[in-house]
Amino acid sequence: MAVTTYSQQAGGSGGSDATRLAALIARNRRMDRVFMVGGISVLLIAALMLISLILGLVVQGASSVDVEFLTNFPSRRPESAGILAAWVGTTAVMVVTALLALPLGVAAGMYLEEYAPNNWVTDLIEINVTNLAGVPSIIYGLLALGLFLFTFGMGQWVLVAGLVLALLILPVVIVSTRESFRSIPREVREAAHALGADDWQTVSRYLMPAAWPGILTGLIVGLSRAIGETAPVITIGALTFIAFLPAAPITSAFPYLSFEWLTAPFTVMPIQMFNWVSRPQSEFHDLAAGAGLVLLAMTLTMNAAAIFIRYRLRRRGR
Amino acid sequence: MTANSIAQVQATDAFLRRRRRVDRLMRVVLFLAATVSVLVTAGIVFVLLRESITFFQSVSIVEFLTGTRWTPLFTSAHFGVLPLLSATLTVSAVALLVAIPGGTLVAIYLSEFAPDRVREVVKPLLELLEGIPTVVYGYFALLFVTPVLQLVFPQLGGFNLLSPGLVMGVMILPYVTSVSEDAMRAVPSDLREGAYALGFNRLQTAVRVVIPGALSGITAACILGMSRAIGETMVVAIAAGQNAQLTFNPLEAAATIPGYIVQISLGDVPHGTVKYQTIFAVGLLLFLITLTFNVIGFFLRRRFREAY
Repeated sequence: MAVTTYSQQAGGSGGSDATRLAALIARNRRMDRVFMVGGISVLLIAALMLISLILGLVVQGASSVDVEFLTNFPSRRPESAGILAAWVGTTAVMVVTALLALPLGVAAGMYLEEYAPNNWVTDLIEINVTNLAGVPSIIYGLLALGLFLFTFGMGQWVLVAGLVLALLILPVVIVSTRESFRSIPREVREAAHALGADDWQTVSRYLMPAAWPGILTGLIVGLSRAIGETAPVITIGALTFIAFLPAAPITSAFPYLSFEWLTAPFTVMPIQMFNWVSRPQSEFHDLAAGAGLVLLAMTLTMNAAAIFIRYRLRRRGR
Repeated sequence: MTANSIAQVQATDAFLRRRRRVDRLMRVVLFLAATVSVLVTAGIVFVLLRESITFFQSVSIVEFLTGTRWTPLFTSAHFGVLPLLSATLTVSAVALLVAIPGGTLVAIYLSEFAPDRVREVVKPLLELLEGIPTVVYGYFALLFVTPVLQLVFPQLGGFNLLSPGLVMGVMILPYVTSVSEDAMRAVPSDLREGAYALGFNRLQTAVRVVIPGALSGITAACILGMSRAIGETMVVAIAAGQNAQLTFNPLEAAATIPGYIVQISLGDVPHGTVKYQTIFAVGLLLFLITLTFNVIGFFLRRRFREAY
């Protein structure tokens, strides 16, 4: 509107150059707008797909999610099949993954950010971390199959699944650790050193508390990725039909703690869902949708927690 | 010097010595943790090579790379990887046709056009898309997208390469977006302001200043996206079919490299058989392809970081 007025004014007083300029401006402005609409429509299509995915899961799967679904073992009869073994298995595997990935990833990230000298060894490690982040997850599965199972003689255990998923999310934890350490102002380190703290005291007592929320966010993001990973766990041969639970970690007899569950056979949520999707009967597809809903709820909760922590962090930073 | 102060000096000395020991020990411990990543890479290469070398003792490497039939499960076994490779490339091409234009467009929109409030809504949305488990995407491709596509292409089978390709495209889009947007944001705002001062509008600034400035980063995003598409497993394992056939037609069903590895792993894999070794041989091929893309992407990204 404003453009038309301008061109009319210009045309009245200035002649054809001004008119052409006005037309050019109008055209550019139109292109600008067309492009913006393009960007927004791609986003809308993506949002539409997300919505239809979630709605589709709800419509097909909501009827199968109830208490029995959560407390029943899988079954050949769809009406009595449940995900008890799967969610207990997922929880057990995630505990192992978190306990392995957190110390390893934080230590490696600390080293690279605070200690590492500028030499070829550091370069080698950094290139490896970047590369590992891009290695397809199924390759990790082959690593576990060829190395853990057939070289080290481990079995299809909770421990092996937790270990391979920990290796898989290690780059995520390392990168988030490094970023949190990097965002701490230099002055904190200098002040700590000036007070007589050595490197380890500076890192553990002054930097660690400040970096902790960022590291935690990274760990949660990594775990939410690990919880949905299917391929590497299939490759090590996790069973799809498990009608028992791993042994409880706490026992009634001395020493009250049992690590038997680490070597128990298991199944996890995504494998249970994959198994049900792969069957031809539509009753099992309903179950798959139900399992998908529960899985999605788990990952979304974790993602939301991560976003929340980061949001709090940013607020505090301001 | 009094006895008291001597004792004090000795105590401080012991404390300092103990502290130095802890400091040195922690340095070594942290270094060892950092080398785990190198060990993992070494382990991957070792396992893949060991099994592949045994495999190539019974199957010639030329037949593997140029054969057009992949029938390792039949009695008359053929080990030509081209059918698996063609399907992998086809499904990745479909995914990239969605993810690269879409992702770049969204990245330009987010970095040059969108107001902060829009960004704050869109970023978590993209993270959500990235966070959905791949097995859920596979379910979506098989049971929702394929039936919808069958309305458009009535001849489309229940398994095909088109539907997992499209779903994978949306799945990779957030990744392509975030890497390219990083690159675009790294272009200094002086350049943008210069362009505005010369009378450029936002689109012209984006196309003539920001994109050329961020080109290596945008290319890196595309290449890294490609690597992800090729290695993505569950969507194709669920929705692309299991018969290896040499095809570049996205409307057909065909097994991909990751899909084949899953298919074999689901069955009973007797250790030491040729069947067991095939998954490592195709795994090695997959690893080499993605490694090549990752390395190229790594150096391109490093270049745009150094440029500014």
